[in-house]
Amino acid sequence: MTSQARDPAELGPRPEAEVPAESCDYQPENPVEQFLRTDRMPHIWCPGCGIGTTVNSFARALLEAKLDLDRVAVVSGIGCTGRVAGYVRLDSFHTTHGRAIPFATGLKLANPNLTVVVYSGDGDLFAIGGNHIIHAARRNLDLKVICVNNFVYGMTGGQLAPTTPVGALTTTTPYGCYEPAFNLPALMDAAGAVYVARWTSFHVRQLTRAMVDIFRKKGFCFIEVLTPCPSLFQRKNRMGEGLDAMKYYKEKSKVRHGAPTSEVGLTIDGDIIVGKFVDRERPEFLDLLRSQLAAQLGDRYVEVEHLVCS
Amino acid sequence: MPHADPRGVLTGVHFMDGDHAACEGALAAGARFAAGYPITPSTEIVERFAARIPTVGGVFIQMEDELAASIAIAGAVWAGAKAFTVTSGPGFSLMMEHIGFAVMTETPCVFMNVQRGGPSTGLPTLPAQADMMQARWGSHGDYEIIALSPNSPQECFDLAVRAFNLAEEFRVPVMLMMDEVVGHMTEKVVIPPAEQIEIYPRRHTRLPPGQYKPYAPGPDLVPEMAHAGEGYRFHVTGLTHDERGYPSMNAAAQDRLVKRLKAKITRAADRLACYEEEGTEDADVVVISYGITSRVAQRAVEMARARGVRVGRLRLITVWPFPTRQIRALARRVKALVVPELNLGQIVLEVERAAAGQAETISVPHAGGSVHAPEQILDAIMEVAK
Ligand SMILES: Cc1ncc(C[n+]2csc(CCOP(=O)(O)OP(=O)(O)O)c2C)c(N)n1
Ligand code: SF4
Repeated sequence: MTSQARDPAELGPRPEAEVPAESCDYQPENPVEQFLRTDRMPHIWCPGCGIGTTVNSFARALLEAKLDLDRVAVVSGIGCTGRVAGYVRLDSFHTTHGRAIPFATGLKLANPNLTVVVYSGDGDLFAIGGNHIIHAARRNLDLKVICVNNFVYGMTGGQLAPTTPVGALTTTTPYGCYEPAFNLPALMDAAGAVYVARWTSFHVRQLTRAMVDIFRKKGFCFIEVLTPCPSLFQRKNRMGEGLDAMKYYKEKSKVRHGAPTSEVGLTIDGDIIVGKFVDRERPEFLDLLRSQLAAQLGDRYVEVEHLVCS
Repeated sequence: MPHADPRGVLTGVHFMDGDHAACEGALAAGARFAAGYPITPSTEIVERFAARIPTVGGVFIQMEDELAASIAIAGAVWAGAKAFTVTSGPGFSLMMEHIGFAVMTETPCVFMNVQRGGPSTGLPTLPAQADMMQARWGSHGDYEIIALSPNSPQECFDLAVRAFNLAEEFRVPVMLMMDEVVGHMTEKVVIPPAEQIEIYPRRHTRLPPGQYKPYAPGPDLVPEMAHAGEGYRFHVTGLTHDERGYPSMNAAAQDRLVKRLKAKITRAADRLACYEEEGTEDADVVVISYGITSRVAQRAVEMARARGVRVGRLRLITVWPFPTRQIRALARRVKALVVPELNLGQIVLEVERAAAGQAETISVPHAGGSVHAPEQILDAIMEVAK
């Protein structure tokens, strides 16, 4: 993607010839191929973009967790990250901007046997969709949320996000961002998530492990993955290419499992605290719903697992 | 057609208001999931659903806003449920994007709107019929939906059932366009035995995964569905897509998809047309109305007849798609069409378009907050009958 042609949605998939071999996640011998809609490759993501790296971890985690893939659904909102739903060979839903969580809520409540993964961007989940994610965490509905944080709105060409660090340049903060950013793990912790972790696209193995963790855990789980957006955020802030971002993540990351989430806020050039911050138990939404109704209604309560119509 | 699951059918003769009757209609139709956000004068529908559904087998969830409610139902539908949401003016405005999403993804679902006075917060507790154009045009892009307008609690029940059936048949969001008066008036409602209620089943594919194409249309232009978790591993997107459901961003794909989405409804317009007609055969003037206004119009028609005017009445039950052909045929036979409605002139524009100059078309507007006085409609009839 170039800065003139900003919206990959408008461009459609890039012609094959334009995809530099080394930047393309799609390799025929790749063991994660079975999880991808190879008939949709090449993907729209830019060379060096971190989103594809997270999808690799996701595919490996699916493999490792030995989930029944027929029962895994991926729900995305709109954005570069939102395109993940279109590339995974699973039941997948590319919904509206900000509303992946409430769509996933309906999907999960109507069929609790599904493992419902919400895969979306920081702007999608925390700006336009911010209200929904807080409430889903409060309810502790069993959703696995993977938030790709590239500090910017990628799809629309590099505007301010609720995660943009103070001082950073975006197209709508041309003189530098002065808005305080969200500390996503602290927000999710406060709202009630039972699992909160942060990794970067440099931490491929740890990210895979965290994804396996949340596939096995019941309740509202949240992983923030920091990824480079070389075309927009990196370029605008003179942070180099995708590879430079990897070096940067390697240098600046400090693993602190169990760190109080209030201490893991990000700044433009400070340390990046990564690790598993929260892993706790709280009663899950559907369990709460069922036990309350059973207690109040006794035999009159009709419990149905899957709300499938004729 | 198969009939209703008796667990959801409260067979018997009841006294209930339109809101409760609409809820019973949804239950009878097989709705087992509702998501809502409280708003007067629609709240009683979800309150009743919240009370009833645990004993029927299903889920109600009060979402954090109407944006959430209107897409949670889509999620539930793709998991296999029949689902609906309920709102009024301000909430309906918030739901617009997801009406478009349901259209584009061909998600069968029902939106109930108990109309109140607007714009904005307007008249929360008082009636209007001012969202009729919004129901048709409120989301962006070109599309068609189906909208039904009940004029009694009994019809709130009957049309709620029909709304779900049409949603399934056409894979389109269907609007049940009630109003505050119909929602809150209590009358006799007869709920038939389950075996007398026909249910249009989900158009589920019979093809195995691998052969199934989620958006390959059948002869009636409607594709068949699969549900998440069944092994189809399908993709659904609000982007313009091809028959595989894959994004396809070009003018040709757009032309194919958007024209099909529209044509699947317009081609069936005659079959969808539903109205009640009385005394139109030899009429000079016909009053065209819908919803609560039709009951006031009936009184006005009686008064006009007592004064010797040959006046008939036509009540629209299906408002969208608009029965253009039928109204045009009527316009050829009469002198004037009088259109009272609780707005400043919405459906009258459709009547005028359909009449195409063949009959004079008179609007009897009302800004909402109460129903018309029958005299207002009578005056309009007398004026054109001169
Ligand atoms: C209702 C609505 N408003 C705005 C947009 C335009 N839009 C598309 S994606 C996006 C931001 C995406 O940013 P983020 O969630 O951070 O994802 P990224 O592209 O960076 O992965 C916006 C504003 C839209 N599609 N819908
Ligand atoms: S996030 Fe940035 S690098 Fe990645 S695809 Fe979007 S614009 Fe390109």
